Amino acid sequence: MENAELLQLAIAGLKNGSIYALLALGFTIVYAATNVINFAQGEFFMLGGMFAVFAFKTLGLPLIAAVPLAVVAVTGVGVLFEVLAIRPRRDGDQMSLVIITVGGSLVLSSLARHLFGSDALPLPEFTPGPSLAFAGAAIERQTLWIWGLVLIAVVALTMLYSRTRLGRAMRACMQNREAARLMGIDTGRVVMISFALAAMLGALAGVAVTPLTSTRFDIGAGIAVKGFAAAILGGLGNPIAAVAGGLLLGLIEQAVIPFSSTLKDVVAIVVLLSVLFVRPQGLFIRERKEKT
Amino acid sequence: MSMLSVRGLTRRFGGLTAVDNVSFDVYEGTIHAIIGPNGAGKSTAFNLLTGFDTPDAGEVRFEGTRVTGLRPHRVTRLGIARTFQNTQLFDSMSVLENVLVGTHWHTKTGFLRAALHLPGVRAEERDSRELARHHLRLVSLEHLADVPARDLPHGQRRLLEIARALATRPRLLLLDEPAAGLNSAETGQLAGTLYRIRDMGVTIVIVEHDMGLVMDVSDEVMVLNEGAKIAEGPPRLIQKDPAVIEAYLGGDGGA
Repeated sequence: MENAELLQLAIAGLKNGSIYALLALGFTIVYAATNVINFAQGEFFMLGGMFAVFAFKTLGLPLIAAVPLAVVAVTGVGVLFEVLAIRPRRDGDQMSLVIITVGGSLVLSSLARHLFGSDALPLPEFTPGPSLAFAGAAIERQTLWIWGLVLIAVVALTMLYSRTRLGRAMRACMQNREAARLMGIDTGRVVMISFALAAMLGALAGVAVTPLTSTRFDIGAGIAVKGFAAAILGGLGNPIAAVAGGLLLGLIEQAVIPFSSTLKDVVAIVVLLSVLFVRPQGLFIRERKEKT
Repeated sequence: MSMLSVRGLTRRFGGLTAVDNVSFDVYEGTIHAIIGPNGAGKSTAFNLLTGFDTPDAGEVRFEGTRVTGLRPHRVTRLGIARTFQNTQLFDSMSVLENVLVGTHWHTKTGFLRAALHLPGVRAEERDSRELARHHLRLVSLEHLADVPARDLPHGQRRLLEIARALATRPRLLLLDEPAAGLNSAETGQLAGTLYRIRDMGVTIVIVEHDMGLVMDVSDEVMVLNEGAKIAEGPPRLIQKDPAVIEAYLGGDGGA
């Protein structure tokens, strides 16, 4: 295969991979605060695209307003989801919480179908125009938007975790919830903020990718599997590992395409299962973190 | 008036009454020890005082405010801090960061201000760091500020936990067996640290097995046996109390 072709595959891999990374971050942030896998994560992604389409088409807002509005609205949905679905059972066992997120996911996608219909809905590119040429490969403008947004999200999140009081509180909860409460940290508040952040990242991914793929009420589950696989591949509970897992999963998928393009969607499942069998703590986590 | 007033505190686990109708008062500026054979209910009592467990009967008041039924972070915000029998640190954070988490609740920066990095946030963070270093100095750990907490040896982990508890600005500090696993030199140092903390104006309640330390530092000692209070008073009287001697020598759990 020629270099340009390889490069083209790598670009596509990193594009999809950045989307997986944002979803993986959502999984990881909620997991860190609650020890629960939030299977509604994919619905935040779907709602991001849906709300953006609604604000753009139905409300007639310009894209530059519709996109941030959609992200903010989905962040609100994340908070509501936590308050209505998670909080009442917060001290329950993990399994019932996981089931709640599965149920919540179904409710959200059904609501989306009811409100927005069952057609695939398109959104224009943020900055329309021809693809850019790069060393013989083509990069869509929207791909640059995706990379830019992912980069900003990751940098902002890193700053949040390492530099701020809230981030420190979130890390404290992640490591030792009992001790965190003892330090005067309202762990319930941290859980709520974690859902808000996860929803925000999911929506951001959804909004950024909709111009390329369009959106539909039932795309949440599929993308959730990818994001979950990416989070497991990197190592659950660690934001940097989640991003690395996302990018790597995107690249692995593209590596399979030259052999069979129909196998692409199986890759995430295969990766997920292999990691769980062989290295359950993930590729980028050295040791299993202690839990109390 | 007492700082901490405990009335009729009772906690049952199935058929076992772990804490049985216990009442006591802790006065401001004192070091108050709770002792007793293993299984006497000391740690359960601590959990009840700090919101980690809810009593079946009785109540706890701190400076007149009802503590019973409050969640732990609320209890902390009232001005009560505690350490655990098994140290509970944030292991992958540095020593300094551990203490910084303790400054969490009394710094003002909310989510939005922190996210937007508004002015004032930086200054507040600097003040917090200053304060955290001050607490580390108090327990002689300042030179280890940047070391990951998991790399500390046992004795220093205990000291770090105390520094972190102090960072929440308590007026009452509850220490659960702070001398457990310390050698005699470290225990001696601990006594000095306790005096320093008390002299800062922090009242201390200590659950401890090390009788030497207890008799040395306490102003008041309460003895629990099988969940019930069997004696209280100044250390020199407690040492001679027949009921206490009986509990320690006659029971199956001597110290």
